[in-house]
Amino acid sequence: MESRSLWQDAWRRLAGNRAAVVSFFLLVSFVTLVIFGPMFSPYQYDELDFELISNPPDITDAHWFGTDGLGRDLFVRTLMGGRISLAVGLIATLVSIGIGVSYGAIAGYYGGKIDAMMMRFVDILYALPFMFFVILLTVVFGRSIVLMFVAIGAVNWLDMARIVRGQTLGLKQKEFVEAARTCGVTSFGIIFRHIIPNLLGLISVYVTLTIPQVILVESFLSFLGLGVQEPETSWGALVSQGAQEMGTAPWSLIFPASFLTMTLFCFNFIGDGLRDALDPKDHR
Amino acid sequence: MRLSTPLLQVDDMVVHYPIESENFFGRNRFFKAVSGVSFDLNHGEILGLVGESGCGKSTLARTLLRLVEPSAGKIVFNGENLVGLPPKILRRTRQKIQMIFQDPLASLNPRMTVGTIIAEPLGVYHKHLSRMEIRKQVRIMMDRVGLSPDQINRYPHQFSGGQCQRIGIARALILQPDLVVCDEPVSALDVSIQAQIINLLVDLQREMGLSLLFISHDLSIVKQISDRIMVMYLGKLVEINEANALYRMPKHPYTRALIQAIPIPDPKRAGNRPHQTLSGEIPSPLNPPNACTFHPRCPHVMAQCRQEIPILKVPYDSDRGLVACHLV
Amino acid sequence: MSLLSVQNLSVFFELPETQICAVKDLSFSVRSSEILGIVGESGSGKTQTVLSILGLLASNGFSKGSVRFDGREILNADARELNNIRGAKIAMIFQDPMASLNPYLRISTQMVEVLVRHQGMNSKEALQRVIEGLDQVKIAEAHKRVHAYPHEFSGGMRQRVMIAMALLCKPSLIIADEPTTALDVTVQAQILALLKELKRDTNVSILLVTHDLGVVAEICDHVLVMYAGRMMEYAEVGEIFENPYHPYTQALLRSIPQIDRKKGKKLNMIPGNPPYLLHKFKGCPFSDRCENCFDRCTTQDIEEKRLGGERRVACHLNLA
Repeated sequence: MESRSLWQDAWRRLAGNRAAVVSFFLLVSFVTLVIFGPMFSPYQYDELDFELISNPPDITDAHWFGTDGLGRDLFVRTLMGGRISLAVGLIATLVSIGIGVSYGAIAGYYGGKIDAMMMRFVDILYALPFMFFVILLTVVFGRSIVLMFVAIGAVNWLDMARIVRGQTLGLKQKEFVEAARTCGVTSFGIIFRHIIPNLLGLISVYVTLTIPQVILVESFLSFLGLGVQEPETSWGALVSQGAQEMGTAPWSLIFPASFLTMTLFCFNFIGDGLRDALDPKDHR
Repeated sequence: MRLSTPLLQVDDMVVHYPIESENFFGRNRFFKAVSGVSFDLNHGEILGLVGESGCGKSTLARTLLRLVEPSAGKIVFNGENLVGLPPKILRRTRQKIQMIFQDPLASLNPRMTVGTIIAEPLGVYHKHLSRMEIRKQVRIMMDRVGLSPDQINRYPHQFSGGQCQRIGIARALILQPDLVVCDEPVSALDVSIQAQIINLLVDLQREMGLSLLFISHDLSIVKQISDRIMVMYLGKLVEINEANALYRMPKHPYTRALIQAIPIPDPKRAGNRPHQTLSGEIPSPLNPPNACTFHPRCPHVMAQCRQEIPILKVPYDSDRGLVACHLV
Repeated sequence: MSLLSVQNLSVFFELPETQICAVKDLSFSVRSSEILGIVGESGSGKTQTVLSILGLLASNGFSKGSVRFDGREILNADARELNNIRGAKIAMIFQDPMASLNPYLRISTQMVEVLVRHQGMNSKEALQRVIEGLDQVKIAEAHKRVHAYPHEFSGGMRQRVMIAMALLCKPSLIIADEPTTALDVTVQAQILALLKELKRDTNVSILLVTHDLGVVAEICDHVLVMYAGRMMEYAEVGEIFENPYHPYTQALLRSIPQIDRKKGKKLNMIPGNPPYLLHKFKGCPFSDRCENCFDRCTTQDIEEKRLGGERRVACHLNLA
């Protein structure tokens, strides 16, 4: 019997989940498309063309998705928007994971007063109205992508912190943590070598479910006009504009909306698949 | 040659956990896990500790390693009082006291390979060793506890219970400690594997000159392996004696009841034994009885037992062993 | 006439890639007013045997063979018939009392329900019977404690409540799966004494599954030793301890510490590991750990042999 880690077991199970596998390949193709796709188009994302306003998709002049109200190519804009949306999703999620996991693990491991203080702080932040916070930031700093990262990341880590703290409270009672303490491992070592690796399963599930959440929040903000600045765009912004032209130019809504929705579905299926795969069921 | 000072001297150890009171005005209640325990453990000795649930033996074990903080008392190890030691110095001392846990699989980090688990203590205390040197020591240790060194990259869930316990033993011994606290090391194992692990511990103890504190609820196993045995009841030591003497001439009523309660794997001898089962249940450590904690269940209870706490002392009809009972 | 007669019972489990045989060709019987102990370690199949008798196997398990209770075939009987027998004529006691008691309901509620369902009593009569039942298992102040919740009882008391619940419908057979393993040794002694008394007073039969040979010696009349799903030896309790035939039984007896024997510190151990059921072995499943193993043991499957009286052994050695 060769050594089979719990990860490898989970991987095998995940590979058997058809929805997850299809979603994975679809996501990979989306990412490839948004990175490399614009190179295949002759147009730039901010290139205005007042003669071709709101044109339907037309293969002959390489406007594969048509044009928007200002004559810009929608194919390139959808893909560029995808870059922003996916980047925000990924980066904001990573930031919130980084902060949330460390915060939660430290609070959970030390317990007592430290835990109480740290978690009260989290409770206070929870109570802040998110929209108010974002609008405030926008007023003070203007609209920008960095602002999006900050706003979303600053709020999202709270969930992760709470969950990780709860799991840590349970894990630190386990005997292998006691054993590590008797071997002289420092608190830091225990948190980062014993507790967090045993939470990676849970964390990866939440990552795959947080990314779509973040993308959706970004879309919502952009829809409200609080997100990226023109001519930069994101799927949310495109959906917002497309919604306004829905009657006359439905393609300007359909394409970005489809990409957005499919991406969200893919992440959710993968997240579900991961959760099932990592569920420790007894082999015997 | 045995050194004259004991390796470990525990003096009046008390571990009382405060429990939040149920109503707003109630006074704080205490979970009295350990209430004044004192004993010595000598170099190269196997000291057994026996007791049932609620007696505090697990808490005692964890307090010795300072996984749990005592409310009072001294723990003098190699001449140094462990209680109140600052963390840095405590870490240095920790090399010399190690622990083997009850649940073999739960005591191993499921995400680490066997090799990493056994090597971890080396990584903490012997940072100067190269990776190759560490691997070599791990393999030697694996061989010594009866594991095949080829399995160094496997994960805990791929091993049986007995093998997992061997991994735990390897991890505990790799730093060559002086004292190993074994907290019910075979209770979770199959009967045929228990004998293997016990024999392994006996062999290693002899080879490495270890001292063991062997904790179990199973008096038969404890008697098999120990030089001396301590009996605990509801946070207090009630009797200490050499293993054979304890069995042949138990002085404390609880020890006697414990011995009588053990089912003997032989129907003929089982039928011949005096059968006086102990009545009642073990009280909760939240509310232990006054004075002698055993008095509500003791068949020989006297008035004195309800008023005065019996002290552990030498019984008047013998010169060995210690008993905490007003009868002797 | 046997109360329970098991013939050639085999239990299998379907797994995604293969099929495991947890019990193979097991035969034994339990008479009226008899305590039969089934002894084995993990992988021996003792729990699966008992679950299959009661029709409580997991969904991917199935059994073959014959189980006759009171003359009627109950193996693979339909759910309605099994429900009538379970709880009423055959009662079961598990290792963990908390697992069988609903923590949200009072004891009285749970026990009264059993009587109302199986014997059609009204709740007042049922409550009276429940209190009598709790008295029988020596629970002090039964009329007060009956209205308590499970968590208000200690482990030993809960097990007594389980026994009382098992006895409510006056079953003829109690199946007890490791009933005292989780209990302190002094409490275990009380429970074992109680079971012996019950057998004496009510003539109930008990099928006791355990890994503890001491418990077997205390209360059983006959013993069935299992290993890897097979019967290794069956004998009267005195014979098994005094004169064990099968090498596994002998090794097991030698390997346990006996408190009143003076020996050196080391025990006679059985080398190797308990059976891993996914491996299909040829020959005798104990062959890799047996000190008497010879060539036939690894090639030819073991068969039961009768050796005088009720004694049965499954081994290639020429015994007796």
